[in-house]
Amino acid sequence: MPPLLQVSGLQTHYVSFGGERVVKAVDDVSFSLDEGETLGIVGESGCGKTTTCLSIVGLLPAAARIAGGSIEFEGRDLTRLGPREMRHVRGARIAMILQDPMASLNPLFSIYTQVSEPAYYHQRIRGRPLRERVGELLRAVRIPSPAQRMREYPHQMSGGMRQRIVGAIALSGGPRLIIADEPTTNLDVTIQAQYLDLLKELQQETGVAVIFVTHNLGIVARMCERLAVMYAGKIVEAGTVRELFNHPKHPYTKALLGAMPKLGSKEKLFAIPGQPPDLAHLPSGCAFHPRCPEALPRCAGEAPGETRLSATWRARCWLAAQEAKEGDVVPA
Amino acid sequence: MSSLLEVAGLAKHFAVNTAPFPRRRIGLVKAVDGVDFTVAAGETLGLIGESGCGKTTTSKLILLQETPTAGTIRYDGADIRTLDRAGLMRYRREVQVVFQDPFSSLSPRMRVGEIIAEPLQIHTRKSRAEQRERVAEVLELVGLPADVARLFPHEFSGGQRQRIAIARALVTDTRLIVLDEAVSALDVSIRAQIMNQLEELQERLGVSYLFIGHDLATVAHISDRIAVMYLGKLVELAESLELCSRPAHPYTQALFTAALPAHPDQPQERVKLTGEVPSALNVPSGCRFHPRCPHATARCAEEAPATKEIAPGHSVACHLY
Amino acid sequence: MVDTTPDGTLALAAPAARRPRGWLPTLRQLPLIPLAILVPFVLVALFAGWIAPYDPTEPIPGASIFEPPCWMPGGSMHAILGTDFQSRDVLSRLIYGARVSLIVGVTGTLAAGSIGTAMGVIAGYLGGWTDQVIMRLTDAWLALPALVFAIFLATVAGPSMWNIVIILGLVYWTRYCRVIRGEVLSLREREFVKLAEIAGASRLRVILRHVVPNVLNSTMVLASLTIGVVIIAEASLSFLGVGVPPPEPAWGSMLSEGRSMLMVGDWWLTIFPGLCIMLVVLATQLLGDWLRIRLDPQLRNL
Repeated sequence: MPPLLQVSGLQTHYVSFGGERVVKAVDDVSFSLDEGETLGIVGESGCGKTTTCLSIVGLLPAAARIAGGSIEFEGRDLTRLGPREMRHVRGARIAMILQDPMASLNPLFSIYTQVSEPAYYHQRIRGRPLRERVGELLRAVRIPSPAQRMREYPHQMSGGMRQRIVGAIALSGGPRLIIADEPTTNLDVTIQAQYLDLLKELQQETGVAVIFVTHNLGIVARMCERLAVMYAGKIVEAGTVRELFNHPKHPYTKALLGAMPKLGSKEKLFAIPGQPPDLAHLPSGCAFHPRCPEALPRCAGEAPGETRLSATWRARCWLAAQEAKEGDVVPA
Repeated sequence: MSSLLEVAGLAKHFAVNTAPFPRRRIGLVKAVDGVDFTVAAGETLGLIGESGCGKTTTSKLILLQETPTAGTIRYDGADIRTLDRAGLMRYRREVQVVFQDPFSSLSPRMRVGEIIAEPLQIHTRKSRAEQRERVAEVLELVGLPADVARLFPHEFSGGQRQRIAIARALVTDTRLIVLDEAVSALDVSIRAQIMNQLEELQERLGVSYLFIGHDLATVAHISDRIAVMYLGKLVELAESLELCSRPAHPYTQALFTAALPAHPDQPQERVKLTGEVPSALNVPSGCRFHPRCPHATARCAEEAPATKEIAPGHSVACHLY
Repeated sequence: MVDTTPDGTLALAAPAARRPRGWLPTLRQLPLIPLAILVPFVLVALFAGWIAPYDPTEPIPGASIFEPPCWMPGGSMHAILGTDFQSRDVLSRLIYGARVSLIVGVTGTLAAGSIGTAMGVIAGYLGGWTDQVIMRLTDAWLALPALVFAIFLATVAGPSMWNIVIILGLVYWTRYCRVIRGEVLSLREREFVKLAEIAGASRLRVILRHVVPNVLNSTMVLASLTIGVVIIAEASLSFLGVGVPPPEPAWGSMLSEGRSMLMVGDWWLTIFPGLCIMLVVLATQLLGDWLRIRLDPQLRNL
């Protein structure tokens, strides 16, 4: 079965200062996603994960443009679609959940208006069936007394509930893919746990595929089957969650895992020295090499290509390439 | 071990009023309602809880941004409300804070050197040269080269700005730093850098920390003891490792199980919490947690539990014990 | 694995956008049109004594009244832009008038800006009753029609250039006060201000070191946008006869003096001063707009 989403060699550049400065926010990114799968895209600020998602849904800011590559979704290349066609894809086939629920909801419209909007436009439901659909959606996201709640407004709800409403809006158009960009960052810990449980259940019920964009590996450990780690616009390692958590090959992946404090352990955290790079002035060769504790002399000169470590696993690292050649690939 | 900071029965109630003429009181927000804890010299006390638990208000009370409605705050044995002017200046000199947002805690139009030197200018009579020297000292303590003093904040990244904020907090003879979600806004790898730095500074200088946070793993990692707050009350207080292995209060247990795993195969027994945190305007009767508690009994709705010590250094406020 | 991270590779990592250096690109970044208009006017005003062919208050010896500009029939080269009803050289009067307009415009704006910013900062930072009193005062002041109020004050105070400056300052300060107060209200909640307060800084110190430097941007932008208004106000006052007193030349009074001759076709007495007023005000507005975009970090990179 062909994958639901296939991103190949995506290049998204930001151009500023009248063309003088080109920032390669996304540089040759490729990944795929099957129906019903959950993929985590992990990286720190400035790595390009949000830009990748905005490229997929076609909501890049004015200064950015897709400079190369393709995004195949349900058999169509999204980069070739015009704005009107993209509007039919957005909301109906691909939906997005963003970080701040208060910013995602319009304070002037009722919950009903906002949740019904995608169903109204994309599925052409009207009147009583529409009201029933909204009630269904609110029940699906576990909002108590939906009939009453749908008449209320966003400011009357708590943060956790608002994020659920955002989830309901996302589901309203019946999408096959939901992109969730840091959906739980603003939520309390226990509310976050409830929300993630909810997302998992919804996924099982509707079979929708989810891309989680986050800097928190804990979310990935909980929710995702596959994982892609991004750094300076490139995917540096990608594979199943177990492959990466058990035997990370790229030093950056190892560093991210080592930097996570583990409950009940006072082990010193692994702190990567230095700062994330300025995308306008990337280091030569491998972008990570100035901060890499295991850098080889080669890393400063040449940017590594991708090494295939298994059917699902690849890493962009000279060290990994070296280990792979020596037959040191550990199956997940 | 003498306590540097001792908080007893601390409470802060905010009145909610209608517009003036006539001003009537509609309700009372009991943001902090009877909290006791101590911070010893050289230790880190973690304060954890979700929104509405009162940890921010507690920090404001300690920093003298709000005055308590009840209870006492003792610093070095003396009640801070009875301090005279000299005593107050000393308190302000020795108790500093680092806030969450690195992008708004540094004055954008001042050079870094001036920002760091400001507490010195307020509290000491050092000459410009002495100030410069001290600024260079603390910059080196936080791992920044001394010549960044002439730069402006906007030329630094988030993590570097937090270092500057920490340097500023250390420049006078600080003994207690309140770290109010100081690492929450930072990327994971930078967060690790700053946490390591903080721990190292504590070893070197013997400074105490009140570490306020919402991420259990982070707080547990850096703290020696942890206090868990819920709706204005302290529900559990224990040593960090003890709390992680034997969380006693149902809320603490829920926090632990809600915490994100460190590995996909980590087993997840879930104490599922229902509902949301109630509004601080309408605190539930008896034990404030009882509407959401899976072990609630009739007694919990009527009687607020007293704090009991169930093991040395480990106290809980719950009828189960 | 290093704890004390050697940010020696700081090299100011992640610096603010590197803007092109060198004098030619910097020149290209400046707003050329407003500066092309303003710089000559400023130079003319500064060097009026050297540039002006004649004394603006004395009639040109040997000239007749209402001589047209040199390119029209009846005009001559000794009065390039013609003469007025007292045979005074229009060009010289324009040149000296530039001085008046610019000085009054700039100092009037400075006065209004200083008073307004100070009041705004005090109201915003101190809050409470101080804030209420100042704001109600501002509201009341704003309700007065600016020009009528200025005329009233001018009549009371008597004609003189410095009186006008003070009056304009008194009339226009409220525009700054409102805006600055709003900024201060949000600044006050910013953490660096709270940090200073927690560290024990006195209120004066916080205001002078933390609040004022951060509102100056807005003050400057407001100032450059309202300098045009002040210039027009001064011209209006002069036009109505309560501004800079004759024989001191001011563009506004030149307009007034020449008004009656417009019907007879002696257009040069009003068109030239009018054109000058228009150009200067336009240039300051454009400059103010450029400054606003430049100083706002969000808009700058577009």
